[in-house]
Amino acid sequence: MVLDNTILLGIRLISPELILICTGLFLLLLDILIKRKETVAFAGLIGIFLSIWVNLKLSSLGLSGNVFSGMFVFDRYGSFFKLIFYITAILTILISLRYLTIQKGGIGEYYALILFATAGMMFMASASDLIVLYLGLELMALSTYILTGILRGQIRSNEAAIKYFLLGAFSSAILLYGISLTYGLTGTTNINEIASSLQALNLLKSPMLFLGLIFFIVAFGFKIALVPFHMWAPDVYEGAPTSITAFMSVGPKAAGFAVFGRVFFEAFGSLHLEWSGILITLSILTMAIGSILAIQQTNLKRMLAYSSISHAGYAILGIISATPEGVSGMMNYLLIYTFMNIGAFAVLIMLNSEGVRGEELSDYEGLAKTHPLASFIMLIFMFSLTGIPPTAGFMAKFYLFMAAIKAGYMPIVIVAVIFSVVSAFFYLRVVMYMYMKEPKGEVALSTSGSLNLALIITAAVTLLIGIFPSVFLEIAKASVGGL
Amino acid sequence: MLPQIFFAYFAVVITVLSILVITRKNPVHSVIWMLVLFVHIAALYIFLNAEFLAAIQIIVYAGAILVLFLFVIMLLNLKKEEQERKFHGYWPLGVLAGTFFIVFFILILSKISVFPKLGPYSIQAIQSEGSIMTIGKVLYTDYILPFEIASIVLLVAIIGAVVLAKKRIE
Repeated sequence: MVLDNTILLGIRLISPELILICTGLFLLLLDILIKRKETVAFAGLIGIFLSIWVNLKLSSLGLSGNVFSGMFVFDRYGSFFKLIFYITAILTILISLRYLTIQKGGIGEYYALILFATAGMMFMASASDLIVLYLGLELMALSTYILTGILRGQIRSNEAAIKYFLLGAFSSAILLYGISLTYGLTGTTNINEIASSLQALNLLKSPMLFLGLIFFIVAFGFKIALVPFHMWAPDVYEGAPTSITAFMSVGPKAAGFAVFGRVFFEAFGSLHLEWSGILITLSILTMAIGSILAIQQTNLKRMLAYSSISHAGYAILGIISATPEGVSGMMNYLLIYTFMNIGAFAVLIMLNSEGVRGEELSDYEGLAKTHPLASFIMLIFMFSLTGIPPTAGFMAKFYLFMAAIKAGYMPIVIVAVIFSVVSAFFYLRVVMYMYMKEPKGEVALSTSGSLNLALIITAAVTLLIGIFPSVFLEIAKASVGGL
Repeated sequence: MLPQIFFAYFAVVITVLSILVITRKNPVHSVIWMLVLFVHIAALYIFLNAEFLAAIQIIVYAGAILVLFLFVIMLLNLKKEEQERKFHGYWPLGVLAGTFFIVFFILILSKISVFPKLGPYSIQAIQSEGSIMTIGKVLYTDYILPFEIASIVLLVAIIGAVVLAKKRIE
């Protein structure tokens, strides 16, 4: 077969992913030659920036379309999610360097695996075929399982990795079951063709399709930690290295939302009434369980795990409303959430030093007296996660809830606002501990250039978007058009 | 009539074998029953005119994966394993969920009336080229992207095995 234009176009359109994978392979080799892990991390960052540059170049050329026999689609919806993945990968690498040295887990494969996971997420966001979607998901998931267990000397890291792997394998099996049922009914795995064949074969009332739909919700719900598929999240988030917890709570979650949107709007768009009913129930459960259980937590990593569960409950409102405003509100929400959540974890990492985990609430007592700047930055993230103006978190929630109200989901928005208020309790408790209590002892901060850079970026974006909210939203709005 | 009899035989035997796999006390017995199970599943593939898949099923599953299972079992303490109870407190819940799903599936499957349009690879088309050639052609043209992503997935799995199992890093 000759290398014709369609194949060349295909290779051009997947070049951002190819660059990431090649950089990952290169890092594996570099790790053997170079002892300094910072150099490996730096090479990884260069690869990511190269990939971003190529991605922007492709977008500016106006290239788009289905390639590889309709399996891969390069569109603005996917590109927006890829932006989130890039930011997640860059910030994760920045906050990892010092932390891994302290935890004695600094190995070069770490950075390669982050790149592979990012490439997997990008394939998910761009998949227009269920097979590519599944393989992208598996690439992302396998890399994150390994990253979760990468601190081999620590028993809780091992435990988290095994739990995550076992439950993740189940969710993959359920996803495959859903895919096979859909394939059996429609005779295709292509997301667009599924939609047309559902109409053509008059399958919309088929109970088997409904079962397939439920399997999809279960599998994707596992990835974004919707209640009742959230059981793994607190344990895994607590046991994983903090930098990977930051990565997991943002990247794979956003990827889960990307495929949620892609599959449910494009393939099952005509079944909106059926799946939105299920999702509304799950969303309310998620917000409730996430917020209420977070109150009891004294370990900050666990608290942020529950908080990340409840945030998934808010963000799913965008999928439920299924309007362009709703989806752009959700994408905007996820992008802002990326900054504020990784920022909060970066503060946690800063308090982590030799022998001190810096994860317990009591570690934060009187932090404002000893380290005013660090506590102020934490204050910004906690306000933003609660949704207090003028931080970005408020704007994210505001646009999302407005869009949901416009789409006619007033009651569930009221529930969401109530649980936002509940969530204020545990976010502001951290602030209270920092500012109202007397310091117990000297807390050493382990700062480093890259960690500071990550903190500056996340804090600045969280504040700036709160003041100039329309920047991200405009990009998000422009990105929904393709869907 | 003959196909139905064959299918009924394989369906019943596969179900019985699956139950045997999970109820044996000795893990080695479980693995041997699984071997027989895999051979029967391979027979089902032949039934569907997919002789290549049947061969792969035997080579990969019965050949490679089961050997791995046996290796892992060799590392376990079988004496202790045999004394422990096979089913823990949750099994009535499992039976309940299982029964629910069986009923659910029977209800759903009995309602199916539409069948999807068939693809271009009919039995005649496959037989004229041979099933290996057909799969190879599809895999390297239409499905080249998933095929390549799968290779990266396998690479990551190997990296994981090395990273998690290599000697302690100082």
